[in-house]
Amino acid sequence: MALGARRGRGSSYLFLIPAFLLYSAFVVYPLFTGLTYSFFSWKGTLRGGFAGLDNYAGLLSGTFLDQLLPALGHNFLLFAGTMLVQNTLGLAFALALSRVRRGKRALQTMFALPYLVNPLVIGYLWTLLLSPAFGPVNAFLEPLGLAMPWLGDPDTALPTVIVITTWQWVGFPMLLFSAALAGIPPEYGEAARTDGAGSWQVFWRITLPLLKPAMATVTILSFIGSMGTFALVYALGGSNGAPAGATDVLGLLFYRTAFASGDVNALGTSSALAVFMFTFIFGSTLLLERVLRRKA
Amino acid sequence: MKALTVRILLWGYAAFSMAPLLVMVLSSFRPTSEIFDRPLGRPTGFGNYVKAWTEASFSTYVVNSAVVVVCAVLLGAAVSLLAAYPLGRREFRGRSMFAAYFISGMTLPAHLGVLPLFYLLESMGLVDSLAGLVLVYAAGSVPFNVFVLTAFFRQLPHELDEAASLDGAGPFATFWHVMLPLVRPALATVVVFQFVPIWNDFFYPLVLMRDESKLTLPVGLTHFFGQFQNDWGTLFAGLVMTTIPLVVLFVLATRQIVAGLTAGMNR
Repeated sequence: MALGARRGRGSSYLFLIPAFLLYSAFVVYPLFTGLTYSFFSWKGTLRGGFAGLDNYAGLLSGTFLDQLLPALGHNFLLFAGTMLVQNTLGLAFALALSRVRRGKRALQTMFALPYLVNPLVIGYLWTLLLSPAFGPVNAFLEPLGLAMPWLGDPDTALPTVIVITTWQWVGFPMLLFSAALAGIPPEYGEAARTDGAGSWQVFWRITLPLLKPAMATVTILSFIGSMGTFALVYALGGSNGAPAGATDVLGLLFYRTAFASGDVNALGTSSALAVFMFTFIFGSTLLLERVLRRKA
Repeated sequence: MKALTVRILLWGYAAFSMAPLLVMVLSSFRPTSEIFDRPLGRPTGFGNYVKAWTEASFSTYVVNSAVVVVCAVLLGAAVSLLAAYPLGRREFRGRSMFAAYFISGMTLPAHLGVLPLFYLLESMGLVDSLAGLVLVYAAGSVPFNVFVLTAFFRQLPHELDEAASLDGAGPFATFWHVMLPLVRPALATVVVFQFVPIWNDFFYPLVLMRDESKLTLPVGLTHFFGQFQNDWGTLFAGLVMTTIPLVVLFVLATRQIVAGLTAGMNR
């Protein structure tokens, strides 16, 4: 038995080797190397001297900061819009669907279907649909006097992105909230009702507090999603966040800095930006997690 | 009365949710001139698909995407399956450390290592190669796969290993003959879940691929949109072709997808 166990132990490592090598080489090694890149100065692909925090200071220099702050701001607006529009709507749908008997499955499927489509396809599809000249949306709104260059005007571009994001993702909070609602025993509401509570009160005092864990999950995932958005905005406004940078976000800024800036120190600056983004997103997520999951 | 209002609102939104996809499918069967004439109308033929497939090199993009997705999903599932077996079922030194090492990848933003990854692949001669993409995707799928498969291995009954070792089976025979047939449902979950993000991924090929003949669908789509700007019929056909595999997958695996969507619930 002892012999068998020892032999077993050795073979356990053999089982681990392929995954270990693959994952270490193509995920872990690049991430940590990226971290070290950010502490050196670069001339193209040639590594210069140790730069300490110079690359990070470069992120805060005038010209770069003028891109970084608006991009970060747009990420935050996307997050706020997602919370306000998409997740509120998702909750409303989940509540409404919990009372629907017939056609519930069909409705859920239809709400959730756009989520499956490639964000790039979604971006291009809506570019065509919202096209000022030939798009069906404006053709439909023209008689109502509501036609406008949705994605072409810096004032409406970002709100339009929020609507498109909502259209794609609303099924996600809906399914999460539906599952959470299904887990609430109906007796709670019934008991409150016999005590004379109206349906609005039942919602505020009973349902909503019980949905807190689901809301925390939705909030955190929305935050990560909003901060990491890339393909959709790339399809809608290209790598510069057209029109006039109105849809520029961190992901696009990172891509431009790394691959399209022409800066000799592009490697240093973009690596510092990558580390900053990771620290910021990961740190904020941990913070959100702590605040939202705190037991009241 | 109130219930009726709610139903109308719900079905109204469902219409809003489906309309863009419907317009996309219908328009893909109409000539561009007709689309410009009238945005909505009846489908007339397959011309756009033929054009997108032959003139716009969609055939190349689709084949490349299919090769990359299938190889990456299989490779990722295979290595993760091997790793998850000892992690879920055997005692050995460093087990929890290895498990943590693999699973921590689920929270690491792998995209941020893209520059070193580019130079690593360049040094291996794997930039601009489908094999390079396969390795990147397979490696990226390890954390989630190991997480799901380890949990699955752990809950298989313990008598299995004992019976196998009484029959004189070594760890490899046990893995191959006893465990493998039992993990099929978990394997299906893993395959379904890796397929969609890899098929849709735009970022890695955008950075790693230059050669037109080796592009996968997403980056191919961006070139296609530049080339065929005013040929809307063909553009719609391209969008539909990019989406079809996912719809097929959804129909085949609705249950896994819905279960996976709500899996984060109890965290």
